[in-house]
Amino acid sequence: MSYLRKVVAILWKDLVAELRTKEMFSAMFVFAVLVVVTFTFAFDLRVTGERVRQVAPGALWVAFAFAGVLGLNRAFILERDRGCLEGLLLAPVDHTAIFFGKMASTLVLMFVVEALVLPVFTAFLGIDLFNGWLLLVVALGTVGFAGVGTILSAMTAQTRAREVLLPILLLPVAAPVLIAAVKATAGILDGLAVAEIGRWLRLLIAYDLIFPVVAVMTFDYIVRE
Amino acid sequence: MSGETPAVEIRALSKTFGAQIALRDLHLSLGQGEFLALLGPNGAGKTTLIRIIASLTRPTSGTVRLWGRDLSREATALRRHIGYISHLPLLYGDLTPEENLRFFARMYDLPDARSHIDQALDRVGLLARRHDPVRTLSRGMVQRLAIARATLCVHDPAIMLLDEPYTGLDLQAADMFSRVLQELALSQRTVVLTTHLLDQALEMGDRIAILCRGRIAWEGKRAGLQAAELREIYREVTGGAGWTQP
Repeated sequence: MSYLRKVVAILWKDLVAELRTKEMFSAMFVFAVLVVVTFTFAFDLRVTGERVRQVAPGALWVAFAFAGVLGLNRAFILERDRGCLEGLLLAPVDHTAIFFGKMASTLVLMFVVEALVLPVFTAFLGIDLFNGWLLLVVALGTVGFAGVGTILSAMTAQTRAREVLLPILLLPVAAPVLIAAVKATAGILDGLAVAEIGRWLRLLIAYDLIFPVVAVMTFDYIVRE
Repeated sequence: MSGETPAVEIRALSKTFGAQIALRDLHLSLGQGEFLALLGPNGAGKTTLIRIIASLTRPTSGTVRLWGRDLSREATALRRHIGYISHLPLLYGDLTPEENLRFFARMYDLPDARSHIDQALDRVGLLARRHDPVRTLSRGMVQRLAIARATLCVHDPAIMLLDEPYTGLDLQAADMFSRVLQELALSQRTVVLTTHLLDQALEMGDRIAILCRGRIAWEGKRAGLQAAELREIYREVTGGAGWTQP
């Protein structure tokens, strides 16, 4: 319980700071909306009718992934720049609590941005995205992306070229989760049965489980010199 | 946290960063309640040593034991008994002083946090600014809040590690911190203080050690040691590098 209380304390601290400044949220939200608008114009010029449905899943996940990168980029850099990471590392708690606290705050931010971007996407592209299975895919994909992203964010925050390095490392490592999320989203939009997208859902669930386990095994080595 | 077992026992400690050797085969033992003032020129390894004892940095080889318990194996439990102050405030600018202290109180499972926090803020004269974001406070206020966070008021650690804590302090914060140090010297806490100020080392430390090129080049008791004598020893073992004339 003590461990969980500390995870919640880190989440609380991040959310209070974010509510006060809205630095990360505004950057992520505006960026995601801009991606949607850009794709809308691009599709409007070259893609019409039913083909919009074919390219929409990719556009949706590009918006989510790049907005997520913006949030993840700041997650540990803010801690490091203000010397606060040391304060966290000195606390009498297993350092994985820092990982889970940071992952939780990234997830909350990404979910809020996604909840606001989905109606924008629906309005601009004319595709109804409010489907229970699709929301499940969004949730699973976001958890997987935030998991791997939080580990890499902690890793790159200690390097000099950190803001450039995170997307370069994250997008290839997160490629399986992004591919699975796009495929599953496309399947749902095409009206396929859940069984037909089952393998993509299983891949998403596997990713959601693997990276927290990787974090438990490696996070202490990542954050301590 | 008492008895015959040393509060801090360091054996054959070495730390390298790539090709650079920060500490080499360092041995040190500190009893409960001892106050060690650690002198040394820049790059001698003082900060690395403090960070290893604080469990912020892993040693390349060697062991650190606190009250006989291996720090590398029991770091999570032992960190509860370690207080650490550096020149960085370790505070969140977007949170208020009260929120910062509440956060750290939660991280240390501090019971009755509210009264501790009120007491801490009162002690450093920040009760009236408790609801203002830290980024709106003056540098001196932030430093005072850092003292409240890191020391005494929050989790009352048995070992205090002070890494050049006077760096960047304004006069008011430095006075306050001197009082804190005097309280520490009188308490039964084990204290390690790194400093460039020889007179401060003489004033505060029960023991004084001079670290040079990753090794303890000289170590002795303060009792009977004169300032001029310490300066001479310092010059001799370090070649006169990096010491501050008061």
